[in-house]
Amino acid sequence: MSLSLFSIAFIGVIGLLGIGFYGLMICRNLIKIVIALQILVKAALLGLIAAGNLNGQINLSQSMALTVIVADTIVAVMGIALGVQIRRRIGTLDVHELSSLKG
Amino acid sequence: MLFGSLIIVILIFAIEAILAKQLITSALWLAGVSALCSVLFFLCGAQLVAVVELSVGAGLVTVLFVFAISVAGDDTLDATPVPPRSLIAILVAFFILLMGWFIMPISSSPVSAISNPPLAEVLWQERGLDLIVQVVLIFSGVLGLLGLLAEIKPPLDASMAGEVGAHRQRDLHALESQISNSQEAGQ
Repeated sequence: MSLSLFSIAFIGVIGLLGIGFYGLMICRNLIKIVIALQILVKAALLGLIAAGNLNGQINLSQSMALTVIVADTIVAVMGIALGVQIRRRIGTLDVHELSSLKG
Repeated sequence: MLFGSLIIVILIFAIEAILAKQLITSALWLAGVSALCSVLFFLCGAQLVAVVELSVGAGLVTVLFVFAISVAGDDTLDATPVPPRSLIAILVAFFILLMGWFIMPISSSPVSAISNPPLAEVLWQERGLDLIVQVVLIFSGVLGLLGLLAEIKPPLDASMAGEVGAHRQRDLHALESQISNSQEAGQ
């Protein structure tokens, strides 16, 4: 069975999404969670570009992908800044410890 | 063949990024994923996105991660996940099957090319609202980052004028004691 180019790209998208979700559920470190989110966004970008290529509208998908890249970078920057501040104030990056804080 | 092998390498890099024991290693594997994704985008014909992804995803974000890790440090990486691993694996497998069921039929039926206007026209005319949202996002992101990274100063004890006056008084006393010390040393 020979797979087309797009089938291979979509297998990559599904794999990256699976790895990203696995990382989101398994990681307890805030910065690692942002890294898992980045992997999820890479999957979304790859899916967007592959779908645009498949549809013959690569320019439309490129303009959408640019928006996704900007939003993703802002999310990463804010997540990192939040992590640094939480580490400074509370002294931990473990989300389980953070959620069990009282008061 | 090149496409398939690139996808396999990207998946391996992503797994390594999730399973790495050190945060800095994880960030470097993520930079590798970004760089290889930009090669894939280039092969798909999205040259502009490939360039932006390479410079922003593999460059800027990696630098930010390295900065944050050097400030915050590595810890709790060996902590066990809150839900059991078997449950997570089952959920992810179910999710992958569901995604495959939805996505794979699409890939087998390519649509014939419709009108494909030039990128500049799409970006500046059809998706003009997106650009405005991007500008707003960048501004809000920069402002949020400045607010989050700012050092918190303790509140002033008195009014601003009082604080400045007290500071000058302290300086004056220090100067006077310095002069009297030098006069005593001269005598």
